[in-house]
Amino acid sequence: MAGELSSYLLVAGILFAIGVVGIFLNRKNVIIILMSIELMLLAVNINFVAFSMFLQDLVGQVFAFMVLTVAAAEAAIGLAILVAFFRNRGDISVTTANTMRN
Amino acid sequence: MGFADLAFLIFAASTILSGLGVILAKNPVHSVLMLILAFISTAGLFVLMGAEYLAFLLVVVYVGAVAVLFLFVVMMLDVDFAELRADYMRYAPLGGVVAVALVALIGLAVGDWHIPEAAVAARTQPTETVLDVTGQEVGNAEQLGMVLYTKYVHFFQIAGLILLVAMVGAITLTFRERRGIKTQDVGAQVGRRREDAVEVVSVPTGRGI
Repeated sequence: MAGELSSYLLVAGILFAIGVVGIFLNRKNVIIILMSIELMLLAVNINFVAFSMFLQDLVGQVFAFMVLTVAAAEAAIGLAILVAFFRNRGDISVTTANTMRN
Repeated sequence: MGFADLAFLIFAASTILSGLGVILAKNPVHSVLMLILAFISTAGLFVLMGAEYLAFLLVVVYVGAVAVLFLFVVMMLDVDFAELRADYMRYAPLGGVVAVALVALIGLAVGDWHIPEAAVAARTQPTETVLDVTGQEVGNAEQLGMVLYTKYVHFFQIAGLILLVAMVGAITLTFRERRGIKTQDVGAQVGRRREDAVEVVSVPTGRGI
């Protein structure tokens, strides 16, 4: 079980599905959506590391490192946009964010 | 069932349950705490696979920085989170269908996965057993460093650049210039000219200005 590639891939798949459902359920709350994206990136990282370790190829871990970097940058920028949006609008609801359309 | 299997079961169950907790928790602070638990359990899975360096990186970067950033933002914003959850269950059936389909597809794809010979032949950075000067096998972190600082050094630099851009962007987005407070304005001080500041007047004797 712990020595099989497919069990890790299955955990990553379930985690990815949880992230997708999180976006469906909390589609008004940007903070939870950002956290769901983090969960999906985490699932991708599990896949990269699992393939890297079971294929004995270090490139997977180098790539997981890059994914980690991009995810951290994305979280920082996303939360900064959220804070700026909240200062201007007073709420963070996705459904009322239509200034550009009107 | 060996110790590794037991540890895998615990970490996998903890990862999935805390992932569910992230999306189902009523209070966003609980969501963030569940996210931290998911990261820590995933770090456990990484250790089980032998990728210690990424496990530590996950704990340091995610639990130490990203999750705390989330916690700060959740606590800083004065938002009625109950209102945001008003029609929470409206898209639950659709989400459930998507989730079941996704898990079924991924399960079918990876359920009996075997690494093909072609993939083994196509490896670009096969892990060899590397020995250090004392003749001991080097660990995962050292092996990763050996490729990250040599063959993939440009990617490493680009990662640093991405973080720099993200830092500048986050500061620019949240920087607020406050008006009406008395602070030193170096530009105005340096930009002052003699004509603006000093005036020579000839004062008539006995009358003042």
